[in-house]
Amino acid sequence: MTSVLTNLFDGVAYGMLLFVLACGLAVTLGLMNFVNLAHGAFAMAGGYVCAVLVNRSGWPFFAGLPLAFISAALIGALLERLLYRHLYTRSHLDQVLFSVGLVFMSVAAVDYIMGSSRVFINIPSVLEGQFDVFGVGIGRYRLMIIVICGVLTALLQLILARTRFGSRLRAAVDDPRAASGLGINVPQVFAFTFAFGCGLAGLGGALSAEILGLDPYFPLKFMIYFLIVVTVGGSSSITGPFLASLLLGIADVAGKYYVPKMGPFVIYTVMIVILIWRPNGLFGRVAAR
Amino acid sequence: MTVQTDVGRSAIQHARWHMGEIVFWLVVLVCAFVFPSRYLIMTDIVRLALFALSLDLILGYAGIVSLGHAAFFGVGAYGAGLLALHGLITEPVIALVVAGMAAMVLGFLTSFLVIRGADLTRLMVTLGIALLLEALAERYSNITGGTDGLQGIEMQPILGLFAFDMFGKTGFFYSLIVLFLLFLLARRIVHSPFGLSLRAIRNNPLRAAAIGIPVNKRLIAIYTVAAFYAGIAGALFTQTTALASLDVFAFERSADLMLVLVIGGTGYLYGGLIGAVVFRMLQELFSTITPQYWQFWIGLVLVVIVLVGRARLHRWVLWLPNLVIAQLGGRKDAVVVPEGDA
Repeated sequence: MTSVLTNLFDGVAYGMLLFVLACGLAVTLGLMNFVNLAHGAFAMAGGYVCAVLVNRSGWPFFAGLPLAFISAALIGALLERLLYRHLYTRSHLDQVLFSVGLVFMSVAAVDYIMGSSRVFINIPSVLEGQFDVFGVGIGRYRLMIIVICGVLTALLQLILARTRFGSRLRAAVDDPRAASGLGINVPQVFAFTFAFGCGLAGLGGALSAEILGLDPYFPLKFMIYFLIVVTVGGSSSITGPFLASLLLGIADVAGKYYVPKMGPFVIYTVMIVILIWRPNGLFGRVAAR
Repeated sequence: MTVQTDVGRSAIQHARWHMGEIVFWLVVLVCAFVFPSRYLIMTDIVRLALFALSLDLILGYAGIVSLGHAAFFGVGAYGAGLLALHGLITEPVIALVVAGMAAMVLGFLTSFLVIRGADLTRLMVTLGIALLLEALAERYSNITGGTDGLQGIEMQPILGLFAFDMFGKTGFFYSLIVLFLLFLLARRIVHSPFGLSLRAIRNNPLRAAAIGIPVNKRLIAIYTVAAFYAGIAGALFTQTTALASLDVFAFERSADLMLVLVIGGTGYLYGGLIGAVVFRMLQELFSTITPQYWQFWIGLVLVVIVLVGRARLHRWVLWLPNLVIAQLGGRKDAVVVPEGDA
C-alpha cells in the first residue's frame, strides 16, 4: 500500500515536471498551431546553463534556477524574432522540417561543447534523501518540484485568466485579425508568450536533470512526451495539458515500476487510442481551428 | 467536353517517358559500371532512394505528413532478417516480397488510424506507431536480438544463381533492379486515374470528396502501397548488409528520410532518387570534415532549406537546366518545377 502511495507521489512530481517542461509547447502548438518539435532543445539549454553555473562557477542551486529560466527565455526570444516568426503561416511540413533541423543542430552543438555524457547538477544537501510520512517515502527533491511547479501552475492560471496580458493572449489566439483590429500587438504578444514558454522549459530542464537525466539527446528522447502532453491534453485551457501531464507522469512511473518491460509500450498505445478516440485531445474543445 | 479532353491529353503527355528520364536511368547505369569500388555506398543510396520513393507516394502525392515511416522499414528489415535467420524462406527475392507484404499488412491496419484527424494527429499517430514498434522490438529481444540486433544472417544466392559477394556487387545490382521495377510500378500508379485522384485529394480533400472521389479509400490504398515500398527498402537493407538492429525503427531514420525527400523535391518521383544521392554525398562530406558532429550540418541544411523556401530553391536549381534546354530546343521550361509542394 505504501509503495503505491510512494509511486503515486513520484508520479505526481514527474507529471508536474512534465507540465512545466511542456506548457510552453501547449501555447505554440496548441494555441498558435505551430508544430515545434524543438521545444526540448530550450529545456536542454536551460538545464545546461544551470549545470555550468552550479557545477563550474559554484553558484547556489536556487540562484541557478532563475538563470536557467532567463537564458532559455532569451534564446527563445532571439530565435522567435529571427527565425520562428517567418514560419507561423507555413505548412506543417515546413514547420516539422525546420524544428527537426533545429533539434539536430542543438544535439550536435551541445555534444560538441559539453560532451556526450550525462550531466548532473550538484543539488544542496537539504534536498537530498527522503523522509517518511505515515510510512510513505517522500523524496525531498521531488517535494520541492511539486511545490515549485504547483506554484507556477497556479500563477500561470492566474495570469491567463485574470491579467490584461492573459486576455490579450486569449484574444490573439482566438482571432488574430480581430485582435489586431482592436489594437493588440499580436506578433509582440506571441513573441513574449513564446519566450516565456521557452523560459519555463529551461527551468524545467534544470529541475529535471536530477530525475530525467540531462544529456545532448534530451530533446529527442522527451520530444514525444511533450507532444503527448499537448495533443492529449488539448489546447482549450492550461488545465487540459496539466491533467494530461499528471496522468502521463503517474502512468509512466507506475508502468516502469509494475510492468518494467512494457512501460513505453503502454504509454504509446494509450496515446494512439486517445488520439483516435478524441483527435482534439481529451479535454480539447470540439471546434477545429 | 473540351476541358475533359484537354485534361486527358495533358495527363497522357505527362505520363509519357521524357528524354530526361531516359538519360537519368542511363546515367545511373553508367555509374554502376564506372565506380566498381563504390558498390557499398551506392547500394546504400539505392536503398535510401527506394525508401524516399515510398514516402513521396504518401507525402508528395497524397499529402500525408508522416514522422514514423521507419516503422515499415523496420518491419521489412526484421521480416527479411528473421526469414533468413530461421531458414523459413531462403530465396532472397521471395523473402523480399514476403517481408514487403508484412509491412504492407501493417500499413493497411494502421492506415485506418492515420487517415483520421488533421496533420498534427497524423504526425503524432505515425510517430507513435514507430515508437511503439521500437518498444516492442526491445521488449521481445529474444526474437529481435534487442540492441545487438539479429546476428548471423546468411543470405542464400539470389534465384539460386547469384551469390552475394564481399564487394557488394551482387547486392548493388540486385537493389538497383528492385528499385527500377518498383519505380516503374510507382510511375504507373501515379499517372493512372488513381494517382490523379490522389493529387486532387492532396490539393483539396473537401473538393475531391465533392466530385465523388472516395477520399478515405484512396488514402488507405496509397498508404498501404507506400508501406509495401518501405518494407521492401527495409528488407533490402537487411539482405545487403546481413544486419538488422533496433535502430531501423529510430526517429532519426524517419527524420532523415524527410530531409532526403525535401532536398530532392516532393511529388515527381525523382525527388527521392535525387535527394538520396545528394543527401548521402552531403553526409559523406560532413563526416569527413567533422566525423562526430555531422548531424549539426545536416540540421543546418534543413533549416536553411525551409527558410529559403522549398519552391524557390527548386526554381534556382532548375534555372540553369531550363536555360540550356530553352536555348537548345527552343521550348520553355522543359524541366518543370514539381507542382505544388505538400
